[in-house]
Amino acid sequence: MVYIPHTDAERQEMLAAIGVNNLDALFQDIPEKFRYPQLDLPAPLSEMEILQELQFLAALNVNANVVPTFLGAGAYRHWVPSVVDYVISRGEFYTAYTPYQAEVSQGTLQAIFEYESMICDLTGMDVANASHYDGATATAEAVIQAYNVFRKKRAKVVIAPTVHPHYRQVVHTYTQGMGLDIVGGDDPMMPLEQLIALVDENTACLILQTPDFLGRLVNLEGIAEQVHARGKGTLLAVVVNPISLGLLKPPGAYGADIVLGEGQPLGLGLNFGGPYLGFYATRDEYVRQMAGRLVGKTVDVEGKDGYVMTLTTREQHIRRDKATSNICSNEGLMALAATVYMAALGKHGLRKIAELNYHKAHYAADVIDKIPGFSVVKTHPFFNEFMVRCPAQVADINHFLLNDIEEVEIVGGYDLGRDYPGLQRHMLVAVTEVNSRHEIDLFAEALGAFTAEEQEA
Amino acid sequence: MSEPLIYELSAPGREGVKPPQLDVPESPLPTAMLREELPLPEVSEVDVVRHYLRLSQLNYAIDKGMYPLGSCTMKFNPKVNEVAARLGGFTGAHPWLDPEAVQGALYIMYSVQEYLKEIGGFAAVSLQPAAGAHGELTGVLIMRKYHLDRGDTARDTILVPDSAHGTNPASSSMSGLRVVEIPSDARGNIDLKALRAQVCERVVGLMFTNPNTLGLFEEHTEEVADIIHSCGGLVYGDGANLNALAGIMRPGDAGIDVMHFNLHKTFSTPHGGGGPGSGPVGVAAHLADYLPAPIVALDPDSSPEEDPYFIFYDPPKSIGRVRAFWGQFGIIVRAYTYMRMLGKEGLRQAAEHAVLNANYLLSRIKGVYPLPYDRICKHEFVVEGRFKDAPDIHALDIAKRLIDYGVHPPTNYFPLIVPEALMIEPTETESKQSLDNYADILLKIAAEARENPHLLHEAPHNAPVRRLDEVRAARNPVLRYAH
Repeated sequence: MVYIPHTDAERQEMLAAIGVNNLDALFQDIPEKFRYPQLDLPAPLSEMEILQELQFLAALNVNANVVPTFLGAGAYRHWVPSVVDYVISRGEFYTAYTPYQAEVSQGTLQAIFEYESMICDLTGMDVANASHYDGATATAEAVIQAYNVFRKKRAKVVIAPTVHPHYRQVVHTYTQGMGLDIVGGDDPMMPLEQLIALVDENTACLILQTPDFLGRLVNLEGIAEQVHARGKGTLLAVVVNPISLGLLKPPGAYGADIVLGEGQPLGLGLNFGGPYLGFYATRDEYVRQMAGRLVGKTVDVEGKDGYVMTLTTREQHIRRDKATSNICSNEGLMALAATVYMAALGKHGLRKIAELNYHKAHYAADVIDKIPGFSVVKTHPFFNEFMVRCPAQVADINHFLLNDIEEVEIVGGYDLGRDYPGLQRHMLVAVTEVNSRHEIDLFAEALGAFTAEEQEA
Repeated sequence: MSEPLIYELSAPGREGVKPPQLDVPESPLPTAMLREELPLPEVSEVDVVRHYLRLSQLNYAIDKGMYPLGSCTMKFNPKVNEVAARLGGFTGAHPWLDPEAVQGALYIMYSVQEYLKEIGGFAAVSLQPAAGAHGELTGVLIMRKYHLDRGDTARDTILVPDSAHGTNPASSSMSGLRVVEIPSDARGNIDLKALRAQVCERVVGLMFTNPNTLGLFEEHTEEVADIIHSCGGLVYGDGANLNALAGIMRPGDAGIDVMHFNLHKTFSTPHGGGGPGSGPVGVAAHLADYLPAPIVALDPDSSPEEDPYFIFYDPPKSIGRVRAFWGQFGIIVRAYTYMRMLGKEGLRQAAEHAVLNANYLLSRIKGVYPLPYDRICKHEFVVEGRFKDAPDIHALDIAKRLIDYGVHPPTNYFPLIVPEALMIEPTETESKQSLDNYADILLKIAAEARENPHLLHEAPHNAPVRRLDEVRAARNPVLRYAH
């Protein structure tokens, strides 16, 4: 039996101690007609066999660890220092539960405290929670926080159409029972001023993203003041790429009330979309309306420093139907990975990574802009992702890049036409520190080959 | 000696791991947008390794010993799962790749959907929810939308037993619904009379945990489902306790309309110190169209002679998506590995031995720890952590004293309907020796409660820290490092 240590003799002894003759006797309270269904499941495999099968299945996927990849749009290929996986592979961390027994969970608790501190430092905010499931659910929780800050009296929420489409969809899903009016439309070229003009005194929050889903950096200096004034206190929530904050001004410095985003770039793999990490920070005055687990510092009976989960009266296990959210867990191990990533790179390393992203993306934009048929949209500054106008459907170009070039596969950028009808033939290209100059040149050359082939045809 | 914060190990100018060199020309930076300082630690890689290794050693974990938290199913986390999830073709699969480039990943997701359908007795499964509570929210939103789409718009109430997990009422109110609590009867079941009294055309559904949080099989499972269905309501199954039933009974056969699974409980994926979990949702046929979009499906256009080809499919009446991308894929790979290794027989054996272990441990401490509901339990049981002849002793004292003996305490003060509750779930992966050791410790502590109560009141004595001042933490919150 797999993972069951009992010997026959022990099993008999245990049954006797309970006072029954066999295992079936333990299930007599289950109606007979439901008991022991015939399940259509495969036969057991050994560890060796399952790994052989999994190796085969893994090899069916295009692996960004090997294949030059220019795809981002909310999930990014970054270099993950070895120390990250070393730490999160420690059984003491990954086989522990939620730190309810603080005395034997100080490792997890202190690591979360460090995580909260680093997220505050990165975002320029006062307080960060122990994380949400991902950037999308963190965005939904920002809406709910704002709704609660105004005691459920403000029913309007403005979301920029350039917030990640999945995040906007999740906000709609989460709030469908709340009767909110969610506005902002889906025209990605809508000027920021028009969006701000939608804010009124019934607006709980405005959600913006920078770099936005099209890769554009939005200068938000002075925006918070405008939003606060127009909406008489309307909260400004900003969705950010955490790596960009190695270089760029944190939203806390220009007055954001909530800063959140997808933490996957901070040392997590692509993992086909999960598990990821929703980081979330806000201002001190809103801490009691914030959802999610929080760890605070305290002392034990001997005065020694220690860490506990705190302000738990916001949470479901205490407040049940009056809780700020139903969230019961966090992305503990992913938050630990991000903590180790930020510690290992540190103040200087994260800045360098951000610069590498910036310079390489700009180099790629310059090179691609010179390819006949392709032009880079240059209306805004960008960080590590930019829009390219293409001579054909993006899906066709990507198919060519992946399948039709001799001796190499390339994963092209994201097809913005999927989300924005006005952006057919617009590719969102992501470039990180992982993309070497050689890869970038190869990519540009391949785009050139596509144009050449089109012309021949 | 406390472990300092990583910030306190910092020295100005010290560099950590070395990023790669720039191999392209520099471009001008957007000077107006640059940050002035980034106050992260300045530590070396050696500092990082030692600091987090030392922190890890302050934790208790399944890999150290028995961790019988009730309702948490802290079973062994197989090491092969970790190897599987770290294969390059999985960690390096970009979520936006075209389905043709990720058929291996989609095969695994499709298989897990199919296995969960089979194990749960459901018509369809979505792997999107990221945790149990997330699955609950998904399920409640599905029930809500099902009624609304049928023009049944007066339903606004969710019935929740008083023994339910706190997430049940929280997920319901988050969905904009009213919560009405249903009491338990003298045998620990849902009180049928009270349930009947609440049943009306306002009922969206019932949140039903079976076995319930007392570790008891609900003896009137069918009646409960019938009562709810008779008023047009739906039954939500909280799958947190599925480890008692997998391979033994399919909740879908017994009238559960929608249920979440906890891959991090029943299917052995690690708890990670509080996540990531994974909370897939299974539904009966009438709710299949409401699942979060998308789910993985076989391409209807692919010919039967060829290998199966998998695509994403959007259920037509979907509540929407509940997260970005497709699900906790890395966790799903682990659960797939586990399910394939157990197979059909292993799944049933796991449930049988989980129940055997709980009943055996109960038999060892029965009579010493008060047992409010004396029945054959399922995968867990609840005793009272109090003694008539030691009135100053509380469940918390017993829990903290367990730490002194090098084991992890059970869940305490839950479920709320048992005073001084100790909720114990050993799981099937504990040996008889391990259970005997735990029982011996519990019996010893019961004796100490009378003879040396201060040992309990002051416990733990030999943990990394003593009892912590939670009141102070909440009154004067210190939630970050102060530079």
